[in-house]
Amino acid sequence: MRTFFTTLTVAAILSASLLAADFKLLNVSYDPTRELYEQFNAAFAKHYKAATGDNVTVNQSHGGSGGQANAVIEGLEADVVTLALAYDIESIAEKSKILPTEWQKRLPNNSTPYTSTVVFLVRKGNPKNIKTWNDLVKPGVSIIAAHPKTSGVARWSYLAGWGAVLKQELGDLKKLNDPQYDKEVAAAQKKARDYTLKVYKQVKVLDSGARGSTQSFVQRGQGDVLLNWENEAYLAVREYGADKYEIVVPPISILAEPPVALIDKVVDKKKTRAVAEAYLKYLYSPEGQEIAARNFYRPRDAKILEKYKNNFAKVELFTIDDVFGGWQKAQKEHFSDGGVFDQINTR
Amino acid sequence: MKKHSVLPGFGLTLGVSVTYLSIVVLIPLALLVWSTMSLSFADFVKAVGSKQVIASYKLTFGAAFLAALVNAVFGFIAAWSLVRYRFFGRRVVDALIDMPFAMPTAVSGIALTALCASNGWVGSLAAKYGSKLVIFAEEHGLDFMNIPYLNRYDGLQLAYSQFGVFIALTFIGLPFVVRTLQPALEDLDREVEEAAESLGATKFQTFRRVILPSVFPSLMTGFTLAFARALGEYGSVVFISGNLPYETEITSLLIVAKLQQYDYAGATAISVVMLTASFALMFVINFTQYLARRRK
Amino acid sequence: MKNISTPWTSRIVPTLLVGTTFLFVAFFLVLPLISIFAEALHKGVAAYFNSFKDQYAWSAIRLTLVTAAIAVPLNIVFGVMAAWCIAKFEFWGKSVLITLIDLPFAISPVIAGLVFVLAFGQRTALGSWLLAHDIKIIYAVPGIVLATIFVTFPFVARELIPLMQEQGTLEEEAAVTLGAGGWDVFWRVTLPNIKWGLLYGIILCNARAMGEFGAVSVVSGHIRGETNTMPLYIETLYASYSTVAAFSIATLLAALALVTLVAKSVIEWREKY
Repeated sequence: MRTFFTTLTVAAILSASLLAADFKLLNVSYDPTRELYEQFNAAFAKHYKAATGDNVTVNQSHGGSGGQANAVIEGLEADVVTLALAYDIESIAEKSKILPTEWQKRLPNNSTPYTSTVVFLVRKGNPKNIKTWNDLVKPGVSIIAAHPKTSGVARWSYLAGWGAVLKQELGDLKKLNDPQYDKEVAAAQKKARDYTLKVYKQVKVLDSGARGSTQSFVQRGQGDVLLNWENEAYLAVREYGADKYEIVVPPISILAEPPVALIDKVVDKKKTRAVAEAYLKYLYSPEGQEIAARNFYRPRDAKILEKYKNNFAKVELFTIDDVFGGWQKAQKEHFSDGGVFDQINTR
Repeated sequence: MKKHSVLPGFGLTLGVSVTYLSIVVLIPLALLVWSTMSLSFADFVKAVGSKQVIASYKLTFGAAFLAALVNAVFGFIAAWSLVRYRFFGRRVVDALIDMPFAMPTAVSGIALTALCASNGWVGSLAAKYGSKLVIFAEEHGLDFMNIPYLNRYDGLQLAYSQFGVFIALTFIGLPFVVRTLQPALEDLDREVEEAAESLGATKFQTFRRVILPSVFPSLMTGFTLAFARALGEYGSVVFISGNLPYETEITSLLIVAKLQQYDYAGATAISVVMLTASFALMFVINFTQYLARRRK
Repeated sequence: MKNISTPWTSRIVPTLLVGTTFLFVAFFLVLPLISIFAEALHKGVAAYFNSFKDQYAWSAIRLTLVTAAIAVPLNIVFGVMAAWCIAKFEFWGKSVLITLIDLPFAISPVIAGLVFVLAFGQRTALGSWLLAHDIKIIYAVPGIVLATIFVTFPFVARELIPLMQEQGTLEEEAAVTLGAGGWDVFWRVTLPNIKWGLLYGIILCNARAMGEFGAVSVVSGHIRGETNTMPLYIETLYASYSTVAAFSIATLLAALALVTLVAKSVIEWREKY
């Protein structure tokens, strides 16, 4: 009898190891997420092995969000994409049709397992006393930001400031979609535009990417205030010293949602759909949420957020859909050639 | 088509060259033009002729030309010193010349910015003495101070200004002039120089009439290459220039911006314009040289 | 300081020229190099060497070496052939040919990469056929090699052309008249004359092949451990707050200067003995 069980056990182990499949995923992501996914991929591999017995290795590709989306459109075989803004994934869906256009509804919270926002980084003691968006345009304040045409966070920052002015002028952002306030809204939009014009007049350096602008501010000592991702600001403080810089969270800002999506055509071709789905789902699990929080991304999970609440200051957040009617519209109005950003720079 | 020559290998070498050139360069470039053709003429003009793009042409061509010029002058001096003189550290200097090529452009850009920013080793000096210069000039009633990025408070601003663009472009083009001149100088026949001198020519005359003419083709080649390379540079410049529209935005940045908006046609349109302009310039230089050689 | 040519000038001129060289080189080459090493070492020697423990660093180094090992020899063969036909013969359209050879320099590296995406991207007929048959050109090693060949294409040819034109055809013609075959003429007469130019061409071509960022970045796909070359890997590290690691790996590329030094010394030494 004992021999029988031993044989059975051995057979079970053998067949398990024989049946255990090896999966390889490619996650195409943007620049600042390298550490996040390094930790997450290791955790997921362990989790997946325990749950299914299968081995999974996740390859990473990092670069500027727009460029990465371009690569996926042109045939880089990503199983999943985790990019800086929904516009880039929308473009993939629209231009190459390798995932459905309603991709953003497939996962909870607009397919964004973690969020971030735009904050200010100032020098210790906040010598120019910058607390709100209005303080940015005070005379003598010199701003460091990234170039909205080449950087994702730069677009978020631009829209955050614009939306903050609208909120201040209108009191309630719901008025934007209410025809009876048309006149009031038009006046507020004009104010927001004038404000944005002033901000970019006071910008001293427009770096091509988020990381470059942090460097200009921190290592080159340029400017009084840096506009950047919340997570980037925390990393800058951790890396270069809390004794030299402080983070100022404005009273209102934009809810930056870096979305994730499965690329259907690729996972079907590579037969990795199940594992890729599990991968994205794991981002929403408590373990995944905790890893995001540890890397200074705001977790969606209320419990985890509570646990890390000291890292994430309370701030009123509006979404791009509320204020700008979604990415397609915002991109076209503000950042495409001849859009508002081009006009405010005409001298 | 070809003048008679006793040397063999014309057909083979020309054939291989043209084939390889077609595969590696011409077909890809044809695709570039093809992609641009998807634009209507009006869209093409809009893409390549907006005010912002034109401002970037001025900056890019201007800075690239100045950088190539500086490289031609100092590169000549460096190549001459390396070939003609034996001095302490010669081999090290010689080996360092290739560094701008071996360094990824982003690394060079970051390193140059670190040096030239107002808190960098060089940038802080420029700031200090720049502002001293302005104060001195003002005291003496001189009014040449409408130079951009030079004022009494910040001094001379090297990084995040047009000077930064110029510095980056000089850096990346530096090896061209030195490395094209070196073999030509090594090859110079010293006897001709000696003959010239024994016939009573001054050193300057020897240089102008004997040395310069024979290395001039190489010098022009180096200049052209440095210039062409500078026109297209992106990686190093974006770190040091500050990228302010109308002021320090180079054309390559606008191309990248268009790609980020998935506007391939617009991006290729601008690069076709750049390409045509530099092709014309280089052709003029090459053709002039050809004529000069024929006259000899 | 010793002047090895006939003393046709006083000491002032050489001193001035060498001094200028030193100043120019110090500002444009030595200072940037020092600042790269300063960044690489600012957290200490241990952190510097830690940067090389990463497996992805090694795969990036390997890929860079492989790419250069394919691209450089191809461009050498082409460069020598192109220089031969341009410098030794007169034919119609020569200036156009030379200018065409220069073109890759004038193209923004980003566009240089883009042309291969335009050719092999999924949205073209060719690209989708390739993808369906699982033949990977872009976002794989072949694309990286192609982009590198394109960017480094002109170096050897451009280095040799002015030199060979200057040297003329007399020596070769004499050799042919004496009955030497084409290969012999090249090997025994031309090659010894052009060896310095050829060496500089190879060195430049190789340096640029290893250091190229823009063009390769567009076609690589940045897959860590698979299609990341050294410059791309450096960029990824830099963008994710690993400044020390980024600059440490960059110092390896600075070490290419050492290769130059050794190559030149070997040739000089062989010449002497």
